[in-house]
Amino acid sequence: MTVWHVILVATAATLALKLAGHLVPASFLERERPARIADLLTVALLAALIAVQTLGAGQALTVDARVPALIVAAALYAVRTPFIVVVAVAAAVAAGIRLVA
Amino acid sequence: MSDDAAAGAGAATDAAAVRTARRDGIAVGLATAAYGVSFGALAVASGLDVWQACFLSLVMFTGGSQFALVGVVASGGLSAGGSAIAAAALLGVRNVVYGMRMRPVVGSRGVAHRVAAAWLTIDESTAVALAQSTDRAARVGFWVTGVAIFIGWNLTTLAGALIGDALGDTRAYGLDAAAAAAFLGLLWPRLKRLQAGATAVVAAVVATIATPVLTPGLPVLVAALVAVVIGWFDLLGRRREA
Repeated sequence: MTVWHVILVATAATLALKLAGHLVPASFLERERPARIADLLTVALLAALIAVQTLGAGQALTVDARVPALIVAAALYAVRTPFIVVVAVAAAVAAGIRLVA
Repeated sequence: MSDDAAAGAGAATDAAAVRTARRDGIAVGLATAAYGVSFGALAVASGLDVWQACFLSLVMFTGGSQFALVGVVASGGLSAGGSAIAAAALLGVRNVVYGMRMRPVVGSRGVAHRVAAAWLTIDESTAVALAQSTDRAARVGFWVTGVAIFIGWNLTTLAGALIGDALGDTRAYGLDAAAAAAFLGLLWPRLKRLQAGATAVVAAVVATIATPVLTPGLPVLVAALVAVVIGWFDLLGRRREA
Protein backbone atom coordinates (compact mmCIF):
# COMPACT_ATOMS: atom_id res chain seq x y z
CA MET A 1 0.00 0.00 0.00
CA THR A 2 1.36 3.43 -0.93
CA VAL A 3 0.38 6.79 0.54
CA TRP A 4 -1.68 7.45 -2.60
CA HIS A 5 -3.66 4.23 -2.08
CA VAL A 6 -4.49 5.26 1.48
CA ILE A 7 -5.50 8.74 0.32
CA LEU A 8 -7.63 7.55 -2.59
CA VAL A 9 -9.52 4.89 -0.64
CA ALA A 10 -10.13 7.19 2.35
CA THR A 11 -11.25 10.01 0.03
CA ALA A 12 -13.65 7.70 -1.81
CA ALA A 13 -15.11 6.58 1.52
CA THR A 14 -15.61 10.09 2.91
CA LEU A 15 -17.09 11.39 -0.37
CA ALA A 16 -19.47 8.41 -0.50
CA LEU A 17 -20.63 9.26 3.03
CA LYS A 18 -21.25 12.89 2.05
CA LEU A 19 -23.26 11.79 -1.00
CA ALA A 20 -25.18 9.21 1.02
CA GLY A 21 -26.67 11.92 3.23
CA HIS A 22 -27.99 13.76 0.18
CA LEU A 23 -29.19 10.72 -1.77
CA VAL A 24 -30.30 8.01 0.65
CA PRO A 25 -33.89 8.38 1.94
CA ALA A 26 -33.81 10.25 5.23
CA SER A 27 -34.93 7.87 7.89
CA PHE A 28 -32.20 5.78 9.49
CA LEU A 29 -29.94 8.48 10.88
CA GLU A 30 -32.86 10.74 11.74
CA ARG A 31 -33.67 8.33 14.51
CA GLU A 32 -32.33 9.25 17.91
CA ARG A 33 -29.94 6.37 18.56
CA PRO A 34 -27.97 6.36 15.27
CA ALA A 35 -27.74 10.16 15.34
CA ARG A 36 -26.42 10.06 18.90
CA ILE A 37 -23.83 7.39 18.07
CA ALA A 38 -22.67 9.36 14.99
CA ASP A 39 -22.22 12.41 17.24
CA LEU A 40 -20.30 10.55 19.95
CA LEU A 41 -18.19 8.73 17.35
CA THR A 42 -16.68 12.07 16.37
CA VAL A 43 -15.96 12.90 20.02
CA ALA A 44 -14.40 9.49 20.79
CA LEU A 45 -12.18 9.47 17.70
CA LEU A 46 -10.89 13.00 18.28
CA ALA A 47 -10.18 12.26 21.95
CA ALA A 48 -8.36 9.04 21.05
CA LEU A 49 -6.32 10.87 18.41
CA ILE A 50 -5.33 13.49 21.00
CA ALA A 51 -4.19 10.77 23.43
CA VAL A 52 -2.14 8.90 20.82
CA GLN A 53 -0.73 12.08 19.33
CA THR A 54 0.33 13.37 22.78
CA LEU A 55 1.60 10.22 24.51
CA GLY A 56 2.44 7.77 21.74
CA ALA A 57 5.88 7.12 20.30
CA GLY A 58 5.26 4.24 17.95
CA GLN A 59 3.97 1.53 20.28
CA ALA A 60 5.55 3.05 23.40
CA LEU A 61 4.04 5.66 25.72
CA THR A 62 6.18 8.67 26.68
CA VAL A 63 5.68 11.91 28.51
CA ASP A 64 7.61 14.65 26.71
CA ALA A 65 7.28 18.26 25.55
CA ARG A 66 3.93 17.48 23.90
CA VAL A 67 2.16 17.12 27.28
CA PRO A 68 2.80 20.68 28.55
CA ALA A 69 2.03 21.97 25.06
CA LEU A 70 -1.38 20.29 25.15
CA ILE A 71 -2.12 21.61 28.65
CA VAL A 72 -1.35 25.15 27.46
CA ALA A 73 -3.60 24.55 24.43
CA ALA A 74 -6.48 23.43 26.65
CA ALA A 75 -6.10 26.52 28.85
CA LEU A 76 -6.14 28.77 25.77
CA TYR A 77 -9.24 27.11 24.29
CA ALA A 78 -10.94 27.55 27.68
CA VAL A 79 -10.53 31.33 27.34
CA ARG A 80 -11.79 31.25 23.70
CA THR A 81 -8.49 31.84 21.96
CA PRO A 82 -8.76 31.37 18.16
CA PHE A 83 -7.78 27.94 16.84
CA ILE A 84 -4.82 29.03 14.74
CA VAL A 85 -3.27 30.98 17.64
CA VAL A 86 -3.60 27.99 19.98
CA VAL A 87 -2.02 25.62 17.46
CA ALA A 88 0.89 28.00 16.92
CA VAL A 89 1.44 28.54 20.67
CA ALA A 90 1.31 24.76 21.32
CA ALA A 91 3.98 24.23 18.67
CA ALA A 92 6.08 27.03 20.17
CA VAL A 93 5.81 25.58 23.71
CA ALA A 94 6.96 22.14 22.55
CA ALA A 95 9.73 23.61 20.40
CA GLY A 96 10.90 25.85 23.27
CA ILE A 97 11.05 22.98 25.75
CA ARG A 98 13.02 20.85 23.29
CA LEU A 99 15.41 23.70 22.61
CA VAL A 100 16.15 24.13 26.35
CA ALA A 101 16.23 20.43 27.27
CA MET B 1 -52.34 46.07 5.97
CA SER B 2 -52.85 45.04 2.33
CA ASP B 3 -51.45 41.76 1.03
CA ASP B 4 -48.96 43.66 -1.09
CA ALA B 5 -47.60 45.57 1.89
CA ALA B 6 -47.35 42.36 3.94
CA ALA B 7 -45.47 40.64 1.13
CA GLY B 8 -43.21 43.68 0.83
CA ALA B 9 -42.37 43.60 4.55
CA GLY B 10 -41.75 39.85 4.34
CA ALA B 11 -39.39 40.32 1.40
CA ALA B 12 -37.50 43.05 3.25
CA THR B 13 -37.05 40.78 6.29
CA ASP B 14 -35.96 37.96 4.00
CA ALA B 15 -33.46 40.20 2.22
CA ALA B 16 -32.00 41.23 5.58
CA ALA B 17 -31.81 37.59 6.65
CA VAL B 18 -29.99 36.71 3.43
CA ARG B 19 -27.48 39.51 3.99
CA THR B 20 -26.86 38.19 7.52
CA ALA B 21 -26.39 34.67 6.14
CA ARG B 22 -23.89 35.89 3.58
CA ARG B 23 -21.93 37.80 6.23
CA ASP B 24 -21.96 34.81 8.61
CA GLY B 25 -20.76 32.51 5.85
CA ILE B 26 -17.82 34.70 4.87
CA ALA B 27 -16.80 35.26 8.51
CA VAL B 28 -16.86 31.55 9.28
CA GLY B 29 -15.10 30.86 6.00
CA LEU B 30 -12.21 33.20 6.81
CA ALA B 31 -11.82 31.82 10.35
CA THR B 32 -11.88 28.22 9.19
CA ALA B 33 -9.54 28.77 6.28
CA ALA B 34 -6.79 29.57 8.77
CA TYR B 35 -6.84 25.92 9.96
CA GLY B 36 -5.67 24.93 6.50
CA VAL B 37 -2.16 26.17 7.26
CA SER B 38 -1.85 23.73 10.16
CA PHE B 39 -3.33 20.90 8.11
CA GLY B 40 -0.92 21.46 5.23
CA ALA B 41 2.11 21.66 7.52
CA LEU B 42 1.08 18.59 9.54
CA ALA B 43 0.33 16.56 6.41
CA VAL B 44 3.84 17.17 5.10
CA ALA B 45 5.29 16.46 8.56
CA SER B 46 3.49 13.10 8.48
CA GLY B 47 5.25 12.08 5.29
CA LEU B 48 2.77 13.22 2.63
CA ASP B 49 4.02 15.36 -0.23
CA VAL B 50 2.58 18.75 -1.13
CA TRP B 51 0.34 17.29 -3.88
CA GLN B 52 -1.11 14.69 -1.53
CA ALA B 53 -1.91 17.32 1.10
CA CYS B 54 -3.62 19.48 -1.55
CA PHE B 55 -5.52 16.50 -3.01
CA LEU B 56 -7.00 15.75 0.41
CA SER B 57 -8.18 19.33 0.89
CA LEU B 58 -9.61 19.53 -2.63
CA VAL B 59 -11.38 16.20 -2.86
CA MET B 60 -11.89 14.84 0.66
CA PHE B 61 -12.61 18.34 1.99
CA THR B 62 -13.62 17.49 5.53
CA GLY B 63 -11.12 18.66 8.13
CA GLY B 64 -11.65 16.08 10.87
CA SER B 65 -11.10 13.14 8.50
CA GLN B 66 -8.11 14.83 6.89
CA PHE B 67 -6.41 15.47 10.25
CA ALA B 68 -7.23 11.90 11.35
CA LEU B 69 -5.71 10.38 8.23
CA VAL B 70 -2.42 12.25 8.54
CA GLY B 71 -2.39 11.73 12.34
CA VAL B 72 -2.64 7.95 12.06
CA VAL B 73 -0.10 7.84 9.22
CA ALA B 74 2.23 9.96 11.37
CA SER B 75 2.02 7.58 14.34
CA GLY B 76 1.94 4.27 12.45
CA GLY B 77 3.35 4.87 8.98
CA LEU B 78 2.02 3.02 5.96
CA SER B 79 1.48 -0.21 7.89
CA ALA B 80 -1.31 1.67 9.68
CA GLY B 81 -2.85 2.58 6.30
CA GLY B 82 -5.97 0.51 6.93
CA SER B 83 -6.53 2.19 10.28
CA ALA B 84 -5.92 5.60 8.73
CA ILE B 85 -8.64 4.90 6.15
CA ALA B 86 -11.04 3.62 8.82
CA ALA B 87 -10.42 6.59 11.13
CA ALA B 88 -11.01 9.05 8.28
CA ALA B 89 -14.19 7.23 7.22
CA LEU B 90 -15.57 7.01 10.76
CA LEU B 91 -15.01 10.73 11.28
CA GLY B 92 -16.89 11.28 8.03
CA VAL B 93 -20.00 9.51 9.32
CA ARG B 94 -21.36 12.72 10.80
CA ASN B 95 -21.49 14.20 7.30
CA VAL B 96 -24.26 11.68 6.50
CA VAL B 97 -26.39 13.26 9.21
CA TYR B 98 -25.52 16.76 7.98
CA GLY B 99 -26.40 15.74 4.41
CA MET B 100 -29.84 14.58 5.48
CA ARG B 101 -30.46 17.88 7.24
CA MET B 102 -29.12 19.94 4.33
CA ARG B 103 -30.94 18.12 1.51
CA PRO B 104 -34.19 20.11 1.88
CA VAL B 105 -32.16 23.31 2.47
CA VAL B 106 -29.89 23.41 -0.60
CA GLY B 107 -32.63 23.16 -3.24
CA SER B 108 -32.72 20.58 -6.02
CA ARG B 109 -31.46 21.56 -9.46
CA GLY B 110 -30.12 18.33 -10.92
CA VAL B 111 -27.35 15.87 -10.24
CA ALA B 112 -24.35 18.24 -10.52
CA HIS B 113 -25.98 20.64 -8.07
CA ARG B 114 -26.62 17.83 -5.65
CA VAL B 115 -23.04 16.49 -5.88
CA ALA B 116 -21.68 19.99 -5.29
CA ALA B 117 -23.92 20.36 -2.23
CA ALA B 118 -22.74 16.99 -0.88
CA TRP B 119 -19.10 17.98 -1.46
CA LEU B 120 -19.57 21.21 0.52
CA THR B 121 -21.48 19.49 3.35
CA ILE B 122 -19.23 19.93 6.40
CA ASP B 123 -19.55 21.05 10.04
CA GLU B 124 -19.41 24.76 9.26
CA SER B 125 -21.71 25.00 6.21
CA THR B 126 -24.33 22.95 8.07
CA ALA B 127 -24.01 25.01 11.25
CA VAL B 128 -24.35 28.34 9.42
CA ALA B 129 -27.36 27.11 7.41
CA LEU B 130 -29.13 25.83 10.53
CA ALA B 131 -28.56 29.15 12.32
CA GLN B 132 -30.51 31.21 9.72
CA SER B 133 -34.07 32.44 10.16
CA THR B 134 -35.56 31.98 6.64
CA ASP B 135 -35.34 29.20 4.03
CA ARG B 136 -33.64 31.42 1.48
CA ALA B 137 -31.13 32.66 4.09
CA ALA B 138 -30.38 29.06 5.09
CA ARG B 139 -29.69 28.18 1.44
CA VAL B 140 -27.47 31.23 0.93
CA GLY B 141 -25.70 30.56 4.23
CA PHE B 142 -24.93 27.00 3.22
CA TRP B 143 -23.51 27.85 -0.19
CA VAL B 144 -21.58 30.98 0.81
CA THR B 145 -19.98 29.20 3.79
CA GLY B 146 -19.18 26.11 1.75
CA VAL B 147 -17.63 27.99 -1.17
CA ALA B 148 -15.73 30.46 1.08
CA ILE B 149 -14.20 27.64 3.11
CA PHE B 150 -13.45 25.59 -0.01
CA ILE B 151 -11.43 28.41 -1.57
CA GLY B 152 -9.71 29.47 1.67
CA TRP B 153 -9.01 25.95 2.94
CA ASN B 154 -7.32 24.90 -0.29
CA LEU B 155 -5.17 28.02 -0.59
CA THR B 156 -4.01 27.78 3.03
CA THR B 157 -3.39 24.02 2.75
CA LEU B 158 -1.00 24.71 -0.13
CA ALA B 159 0.70 27.47 1.89
CA GLY B 160 0.99 25.23 4.97
CA ALA B 161 2.34 22.32 2.95
CA LEU B 162 5.01 24.51 1.36
CA ILE B 163 5.98 25.90 4.79
CA GLY B 164 6.12 22.37 6.28
CA ASP B 165 8.23 21.24 3.34
CA ALA B 166 10.69 24.08 3.93
CA LEU B 167 10.98 23.43 7.69
CA GLY B 168 12.67 20.03 7.49
CA ASP B 169 12.83 18.50 11.01
CA THR B 170 9.27 19.29 12.08
CA ARG B 171 9.64 17.88 15.61
CA ALA B 172 12.11 20.64 16.44
CA TYR B 173 9.35 23.12 15.55
CA GLY B 174 6.83 21.33 17.77
CA LEU B 175 4.56 20.30 14.91
CA ASP B 176 3.72 17.00 16.63
CA ALA B 177 2.35 18.97 19.58
CA ALA B 178 0.52 21.23 17.13
CA ALA B 179 -1.31 18.17 15.80
CA ALA B 180 -2.63 17.27 19.25
CA ALA B 181 -3.64 20.90 19.81
CA ALA B 182 -5.46 20.90 16.45
CA PHE B 183 -7.46 17.79 17.39
CA LEU B 184 -8.30 19.42 20.72
CA GLY B 185 -9.58 22.46 18.85
CA LEU B 186 -11.91 20.27 16.79
CA LEU B 187 -13.08 18.45 19.91
CA TRP B 188 -13.53 21.44 22.24
CA PRO B 189 -16.88 22.81 20.93
CA ARG B 190 -18.38 19.30 21.18
CA LEU B 191 -17.74 18.93 24.91
CA LYS B 192 -20.69 20.95 26.20
CA ARG B 193 -22.69 17.96 27.42
CA LEU B 194 -21.71 15.53 30.16
CA GLN B 195 -22.19 12.53 27.86
CA ALA B 196 -19.76 13.92 25.29
CA GLY B 197 -17.19 14.79 27.96
CA ALA B 198 -17.35 11.32 29.48
CA THR B 199 -17.06 9.72 26.04
CA ALA B 200 -13.95 11.80 25.32
CA VAL B 201 -12.25 10.87 28.60
CA VAL B 202 -12.99 7.14 28.35
CA ALA B 203 -11.98 7.05 24.67
CA ALA B 204 -8.68 8.79 25.45
CA VAL B 205 -7.94 6.34 28.29
CA VAL B 206 -8.82 3.31 26.14
CA ALA B 207 -6.62 4.55 23.27
CA THR B 208 -3.71 5.15 25.67
CA ILE B 209 -3.99 1.72 27.30
CA ALA B 210 -4.28 0.04 23.90
CA THR B 211 -1.24 1.81 22.41
CA PRO B 212 1.50 -0.53 23.75
CA VAL B 213 -0.65 -3.60 23.03
CA LEU B 214 -2.05 -3.03 19.53
CA THR B 215 -0.60 -2.14 16.14
CA PRO B 216 -0.40 1.65 15.59
CA GLY B 217 -3.70 3.00 14.30
CA LEU B 218 -5.86 0.33 15.94
CA PRO B 219 -6.06 2.03 19.39
CA VAL B 220 -8.00 4.91 17.81
CA LEU B 221 -10.49 2.48 16.26
CA VAL B 222 -10.92 0.52 19.50
CA ALA B 223 -11.70 3.80 21.24
CA ALA B 224 -14.49 4.38 18.71
CA LEU B 225 -16.30 1.44 20.31
CA VAL B 226 -16.65 3.59 23.44
CA ALA B 227 -18.93 5.90 21.44
CA VAL B 228 -21.00 2.99 20.18
CA VAL B 229 -21.52 1.59 23.69
CA ILE B 230 -22.28 4.94 25.36
CA GLY B 231 -24.47 6.04 22.45
CA TRP B 232 -26.38 2.77 22.18
CA PHE B 233 -27.38 2.64 25.82
CA ASP B 234 -27.55 6.45 26.15
CA LEU B 235 -25.31 6.28 29.23
CA LEU B 236 -25.18 9.65 31.03
CA GLY B 237 -27.66 10.89 28.43
CA ARG B 238 -30.34 13.55 28.64
CA ARG B 239 -33.01 11.25 29.99
CA ARG B 240 -30.90 10.28 32.98
CA GLU B 241 -29.67 13.80 33.63
CA ALA B 242 -33.23 15.11 33.80
